[in-house]
Amino acid sequence: MAASEGLLQAVAEAIGDGLLATDEDRAGAPILVVERGSLLKVCRLLRDGEWGFTHLSGVWGVDYLAMGLEPRFAVVYYLYSPSLRSRVAVKVPLEESDPVVPSVVEIFPTANWHERETFDMFGIRFEGHPNLARILMPDDATIHPLRKDVPLGGEEVEFTHNAERIRRQRAAESPEVSRN
Amino acid sequence: MANEPQIQQDDEVMLLNMGPQHPATHGVLRLVLALDGEVIRECTPVIGYLHSGFEKTYESKKYQQCVTLTDRMDYLNPLGNNLAFALAVEKLLGVEAPPRAQVIRVLLAELTRIQSHLVGLGSNGLDLGASSPIMYAFRDREMLLDIFEMVSGQRMMTSYIRPGGLAKDIPPGFEEAVQRFIDYFPEKLDEYHGLLTRNPIWMDRMVGVGKLTAEQCLELGVTGPMLRAAGIPRDLRKDMPYSGYESYDFQVVTRTESDCYARYLVRMDEMRESLKIVQQALNRIPDGPYVLDDFKHAYPPRQLISDQMEALIHHFKLATEGYRVPPGEVYSAIESPRGELGFYIVADGSGKPYRVHVRTPSFTNLQCLPVMAKGGFIADLVNMIAAIDPIMGDVDR
Amino acid sequence: MGVEEKLPGSLQVIVTKLANWGRQGAIYPLTSGLACCAIEMMSASMGRYDIARFGSEAFRATPRQSDLLIVSGRVSMKMAPVLRRLYDQMPDPKWVIAMGDCASSGGVFNNYAILQGVDRIIPVDIYIPGCPPRPEMLLQALQTLKMKILHEGDIHGRI
Repeated sequence: MAASEGLLQAVAEAIGDGLLATDEDRAGAPILVVERGSLLKVCRLLRDGEWGFTHLSGVWGVDYLAMGLEPRFAVVYYLYSPSLRSRVAVKVPLEESDPVVPSVVEIFPTANWHERETFDMFGIRFEGHPNLARILMPDDATIHPLRKDVPLGGEEVEFTHNAERIRRQRAAESPEVSRN
Repeated sequence: MANEPQIQQDDEVMLLNMGPQHPATHGVLRLVLALDGEVIRECTPVIGYLHSGFEKTYESKKYQQCVTLTDRMDYLNPLGNNLAFALAVEKLLGVEAPPRAQVIRVLLAELTRIQSHLVGLGSNGLDLGASSPIMYAFRDREMLLDIFEMVSGQRMMTSYIRPGGLAKDIPPGFEEAVQRFIDYFPEKLDEYHGLLTRNPIWMDRMVGVGKLTAEQCLELGVTGPMLRAAGIPRDLRKDMPYSGYESYDFQVVTRTESDCYARYLVRMDEMRESLKIVQQALNRIPDGPYVLDDFKHAYPPRQLISDQMEALIHHFKLATEGYRVPPGEVYSAIESPRGELGFYIVADGSGKPYRVHVRTPSFTNLQCLPVMAKGGFIADLVNMIAAIDPIMGDVDR
Repeated sequence: MGVEEKLPGSLQVIVTKLANWGRQGAIYPLTSGLACCAIEMMSASMGRYDIARFGSEAFRATPRQSDLLIVSGRVSMKMAPVLRRLYDQMPDPKWVIAMGDCASSGGVFNNYAILQGVDRIIPVDIYIPGCPPRPEMLLQALQTLKMKILHEGDIHGRI
């Protein structure tokens, strides 16, 4: 992206040590890995600065547990600039023990439901969100499904080699229900 | 409580539940309305009734198996979902589909757009009480479903566009069928215009209803026909072209009034523009392979499997282990009939994606419903939902 | 079922046959479209496949006035109690068609979010495989259901 040099420099100047790393995704969009304390500053800079990243595509989380990376969680924000016709990503790494990040709803109102979904799926809390509640799972759900230590769920598929065992197990668990 | 309107309860206000099962909510959408007589004070959408755990399921399937799942998210745009996923995986692999596949992809994506807008148009009419538009729209949609069945064997969940190209080559008779549709459809569009556009009842119910300013649309992250009806000419096919869209000649349809009537007109004109693209694509389908030559990443054509040993081995390896995608992440979006549909994929070098997040347009667009509905009537609420045209599979994933 | 059981023998046969014929002639489904199969259900009620010629002239929006619950689409865990309530609100006689793989057995979704078959919460009369099943398959299911209703209470147990 043509403006990426100036962009990285301006962000580094604005938040200093808050910029932990830079990366690039396979579509050519730069990824800024920032500390959560500098998130709001970076978002304001990107939105109000000369590049005009006014459209937030979405907010979502990643759980790096199975990859063995530390810190465990990351919240990813993808921004789009209509004037430059290009994207930039902001990634905020979060520790497992303290998965809290400031909410960007004041800067990008579209993040409202996206942050609720990230909370629902990962358990990451967004400080300052007007109504941080579950959105996709039932209200009384206890699991955060997209975490890597939560199993996929569902039932064991019956094949000829395990059908008998599964049926015996089911009959033992719920004898009053008759299922052929 | 989270899923109730945040409003001060007084004697005037009645809480009404427009439940998940409702003929006019376009699927399993629940709306909790705080009503003052017929006027809506607050509207709180409650979603999640079709949450199917797509993103978690993707993590346990090989990339090839994920393609069949993508059909079922926005089920009125199955080829578009396939295309978005295929483009994201191809970016991760660092490959591009061959030209023949790219042209056919564009052709089928635009036919899918027409098919989706037809259902939206018909449902809009049905919600307002008109039972003829949906009959006519589905009649024309059947012609498109016949074309999809011709290429893939399936009317709806085609899984035809895959990373690396297409599932198989187009059959003989495809081009004639598409040309027949292109010749047949414009006068049907004129028929719909004649039936609805200057109809006094239609205009009465739709003009001035559900107004959103352009700033509100942009703040709420609305994309697609809703944003274009507010005057913002944003279309990912023009702004960040994919699959060769930069070489097609078409307009981005915009209106300025940003009410339900404008959104209806935008969708009608978009169908006409899509038809133009289909004609251009049909005229320029090049000869050549329909899938990548590199069989480490794409299935070999079925005929080769019985002739060549390498093809057989590749097919076996791909079917059992899946192709390995080098580590990296990507976010790649297309313009679906509802807006920006993007796939964020994190690959870890194995045959299964590590994390897939789907940025769906209906999820974000539905956020504007509480803003639009405030102060309106319930009858207008039905209209507004139809104008957003949400698909609950898209919203809840 | 119902009043015809209280009648003397020959009258019971005639009234049962009449009641069955009446019930199978006009089965009004509920607009219980959940996901993709709902679109095929809509196609089945439109011009090309026309479910109305088989008696299902009107899809009722309220369960209180409908006979048939076509579970068309995947039933998520959040939706399952709602579906059960819809079924309970339908008056007898009522029937259930599980349309599609997701309603029959959970379909492609074997995970935490989808009910593995709607027969875990409501009794199902006819299962239709397919993802989504063609509209003609829905029409065949409806025809099979009509035959089932027509021969209900038949001492020979014919279908």
